[in-house]
Amino acid sequence: MNEMKKAVISVLGTDKKGIIAQVSRILYENDANILDISQTIVSGLFSMILIADIAAADCSFDALKTELDALGDRIGVQIRIQRSEIFEAMHQI
Amino acid sequence: MHMINTSEILETLNMIDHQKLDVRTITMGISLLSCVTDDEDRLCDNIYDLITRRAENLVKVGREIERDYGVPIVNKRISVTPAALVTGAIRHPVKVARALDRAAKTAGVDFIGGYSALVHKGITEADRRLIESIPEALSETDFLCSSVNVGSTRAGINMDAVRLMGETVKATAQRTADNGGLGCAKLVVFCNAVEDNPFMAGAFHGPGEGDCAVSVGVSGPGVVKVALEGVKDAPFDEVAETIKRTAFHITRVGQLVAREASRRLDVPFGIVDLSLAPTPAVGDSVAAILEEMGLEVCGAHGTTAALALLNDAVKKGGVMASSHVGGLSGAFIPVSEDIGMIQAAQKGALSLEKLEAMTCVCSVGLDMIAIPGDTPAQTIAAIIADEAAIGMVNNKTTAVRVIPAPGKRVGDNVEFGGLLGHAPVIPVRELDSAAFIRRQLGSYLSSCSCWVTVLVTGS
Repeated sequence: MNEMKKAVISVLGTDKKGIIAQVSRILYENDANILDISQTIVSGLFSMILIADIAAADCSFDALKTELDALGDRIGVQIRIQRSEIFEAMHQI
Repeated sequence: MHMINTSEILETLNMIDHQKLDVRTITMGISLLSCVTDDEDRLCDNIYDLITRRAENLVKVGREIERDYGVPIVNKRISVTPAALVTGAIRHPVKVARALDRAAKTAGVDFIGGYSALVHKGITEADRRLIESIPEALSETDFLCSSVNVGSTRAGINMDAVRLMGETVKATAQRTADNGGLGCAKLVVFCNAVEDNPFMAGAFHGPGEGDCAVSVGVSGPGVVKVALEGVKDAPFDEVAETIKRTAFHITRVGQLVAREASRRLDVPFGIVDLSLAPTPAVGDSVAAILEEMGLEVCGAHGTTAALALLNDAVKKGGVMASSHVGGLSGAFIPVSEDIGMIQAAQKGALSLEKLEAMTCVCSVGLDMIAIPGDTPAQTIAAIIADEAAIGMVNNKTTAVRVIPAPGKRVGDNVEFGGLLGHAPVIPVRELDSAAFIRRQLGSYLSSCSCWVTVLVTGS
């Protein structure tokens, strides 16, 4: 099995229909595999953290970032993709 | 495999978004020793070619890391071998200053440091020529930073160099008078300078370093301040623990960035320097941390103790997080770059004397302090001597970066712009120190240093 390369996608903004659908479609189209999703809505504020494996050969971090940035602009929420090492470095010894 | 949990992710995002966690700088240290020749133009070409080749991808890689990990990398910088070590055989070191500045512009970096001389024991002809050229060099360049080491715990203080630097600071202010004396913001006078400091204006690539190394400076006073908001009225050990834990988290980010930069640039990893380096932005202040600990305003009695606690805990937290901690690591107290310090100085709570006391326990020294433009060179030299004495006796790095702002008086404001911020001009003592500074280098301070050496080494 190939070694996993993980990315953390975080979405913050006003809740509206189809956020998860649209984010996961972009991930699917870019050959990323979703490992974990957690999502909450607190007083209308939508927050989702999604962890995906982006190790597949066809999966480009840059392409994902470009598409997710564009989606965020279009639907008016903040979408960010970051390599997971920053969180691991910070919180694991 | 441990899956990172949501609250940890949100905590990190919050630090970046709202608490101004950033990697202040990726600094590439480059040795210029291989460039040496006695032909001025060839020396300049060698230096320019070497730097632009080595640092070709520095800015690009910095941007890639920033994009991949979503953490801001504010500056990319270059530090080089103290220029006096490579200009011994030429007449006009200022040509090298211009070559360094050109190389910085081609590489696309924010600063280049190392127009420097190490004169803590004695001054060579090359050192003297370089020091005398500093005002011209800093007035003709945009990104160049300069530093001079005038003392060390082992060697004592070179009082000839101290006198010379008083005059040099003054002349630099005058040559850059149109910009409020901005040249002085890029000139540091050290005691016990460190060879691997990635922070400006005092960065240089020491003669004990290898050909090339990347070091990272991390910052995040805002993160520490917010963490302390959670331990109001708690005992001191809880305060220290909180700072240590926060410093650990921040330094781990630096360690990751340094390792990645080293790998992608194929250059050895130097050090991670965790320094709480404030910026003039609200929420990015070291003074605010001290006030959060329970002081009405930075400068109140207790400030030195609070700063000592902070500096100690930051160092201890940082050491555990990185395999190579170095540089200055601790808390910086640059007045013009810290909104809390600026306000404290405006209220009159922060005097030069209090700042001097704080430098006994912070990580560097008197930093980014605007003083009246008519302050005599001898008084500036005396300020340098005091600060160097603190560093020499206490075996710590100290520095002076003061700006005698031309035409400005106490209470006026001086604007430097960007990360350098703005500062109210604060008073210096108008008492005369000239006869002390005028003395030739004799036996007192060097014998004093022998005494200190005995004290420190026990030999």
